[in-house]
Amino acid sequence: MPRQRTSRRLAADAGLLVAAAAFALPLVWVLLSCVDPHANLRVKIPDGLTLGNFDTILTPDITYTPLLNSLILCGGATALTVVCAALAAYPLSRFRSRLNRPFLLTILFATSLPITAIMVPVYALFVRVNLIDTFQGTILFFAASQLPFAIWLMKNFMDGVPKELEEAAWTDGASALQSLVRIVLPLMGPGVAVVTVFSFVLMWGNFFVPFMLLLSPDQMPASVSINDFFGNRGMVAYGQLAAFSVIYSTPVILLYVLVARKLGSGFALGGAVKG
Amino acid sequence: MTSRQQGARALPRALTRPLTRVLPLTPALVLLLLFLAGPIAYCVYIAFTDLQLTGQAHSSFVGLANFRRAFRDEAFVNAVWLTLVFTVVSSLIGQNTLGLALAGLMRRASKPVRTLTGGIVVTAWVLPEVVAGFLLYAFFRREGTLNAILDWLHLPRQNWLFTLPILAVSFANVWRGTAFSMLVYSAALDEIPGEITEAAEVDGAGGWRRLWHVTLPMIRRSIATNLMLNTLQTLSVFGLIWVMTRGGPGDRSQTLPLFMYEQAFQNSMIGYGTAVALLLLLVGSLFSAVYLRLLKTEVQ
Repeated sequence: MPRQRTSRRLAADAGLLVAAAAFALPLVWVLLSCVDPHANLRVKIPDGLTLGNFDTILTPDITYTPLLNSLILCGGATALTVVCAALAAYPLSRFRSRLNRPFLLTILFATSLPITAIMVPVYALFVRVNLIDTFQGTILFFAASQLPFAIWLMKNFMDGVPKELEEAAWTDGASALQSLVRIVLPLMGPGVAVVTVFSFVLMWGNFFVPFMLLLSPDQMPASVSINDFFGNRGMVAYGQLAAFSVIYSTPVILLYVLVARKLGSGFALGGAVKG
Repeated sequence: MTSRQQGARALPRALTRPLTRVLPLTPALVLLLLFLAGPIAYCVYIAFTDLQLTGQAHSSFVGLANFRRAFRDEAFVNAVWLTLVFTVVSSLIGQNTLGLALAGLMRRASKPVRTLTGGIVVTAWVLPEVVAGFLLYAFFRREGTLNAILDWLHLPRQNWLFTLPILAVSFANVWRGTAFSMLVYSAALDEIPGEITEAAEVDGAGGWRRLWHVTLPMIRRSIATNLMLNTLQTLSVFGLIWVMTRGGPGDRSQTLPLFMYEQAFQNSMIGYGTAVALLLLLVGSLFSAVYLRLLKTEVQ
């Protein structure tokens, strides 16, 4: 039995390592190419180490402005999402009402709608109401598109905070808003962190929404401006593209690791899949 | 009479209730109605008009013309077909099966290998969509890594993005999306009590039979929800394909979202593009409704 178990473990290890290698190849490419002075499209040992790729792209035009735009868009939309979701989740979690269930089911339904499909009408609508090519408009739409999922997650986390703790505050005369801000939200800190990080990461990586709703080059976030490495500049500088990809991806990977460490690996799915 | 009296007595409470119960919902409701329900309603409306992008003061109602046109349009049928291939290959087969296989192997593997593989697969998932697109573009290009490996193995090389663009973008989607299935299935497999698999083992059931008769039936709900969510996710993929192939060469990797975009913006026919969007939204709603039903039966 133990020998059989060992051989099984070795087989499983071998299988996983093959899969890991296959998944790793594209990642290895970007990591090697960003420090390679002569990077091309294939994985290869760099012809020498250089930080030149980073030097070239770390300019206001190429890197700082798009990243700042990403930060404003995603930061603004995330703040809006989290505040609205926390407020909305409170009555849904705390009070019984006949409308809760239909509302939550609608929210859950909206969570899985393909937002991609409505981008053309959203564009047409935004042209009409003069929200096209504005940060406000993009932030508002980003927040709305993220809200169903955020409300759903937030409500599930809030359900985990026992009501008794609030009742004491209520008898002391605290209002619902006070007990939400002072008692419930602090107690569900990790839950709020998950909703925040999740919203931010999804928007940071989103390409289609800003691609459709923003037009001026100086307003583009990194998810769209990365396209400029192709086409517009003729020959593609793959080393620079790789360097930019690394800089642009690092924040979301760090955020993910931070939250995943804190809450265990399957954290994000608890709310989404189990309902 | 009694019910009216009760109603009268409940009135003061009924008046203060909205303040604590409805007020907190308002900001979210306003955003959802204006920026989500609004566009969906607008989508339904302009799908029946001939709205164009430029040089048009008024659009007029054209009934079902956009939809009739779509079903006669070879390019639309092609996009439907490619969307189907993309969904089946990358989501139903790729992400789902590979995710289950990885989750299953992880239960037996040693801890360092498990952590390493999990970390790499999840990183591919967390990367921004466009970055993932570039990495896979580099991988599949004629001068890219895949052909370098094939050369090394003395196998024939291909210009993947030209000869098999829809398969290349499907594999890209597998690369990017498998982590989700892997996490779902890891959680599901963890919930199977160890005694059950051990009992089956003692009874002499081999690996495949155990998988087919014990494991899969026990996680069927997770399989169903995972398939639903993967499909919905895959239906709305735009950036990944846009970066890798722009839907080309020709229209050989043009799935419905890219077709919608091309009609609306390159051909400036917002009305027609929106009709396509509406069809995509309907398919999505259908899957979403099935997903809801699944969750409901799971909860009850």
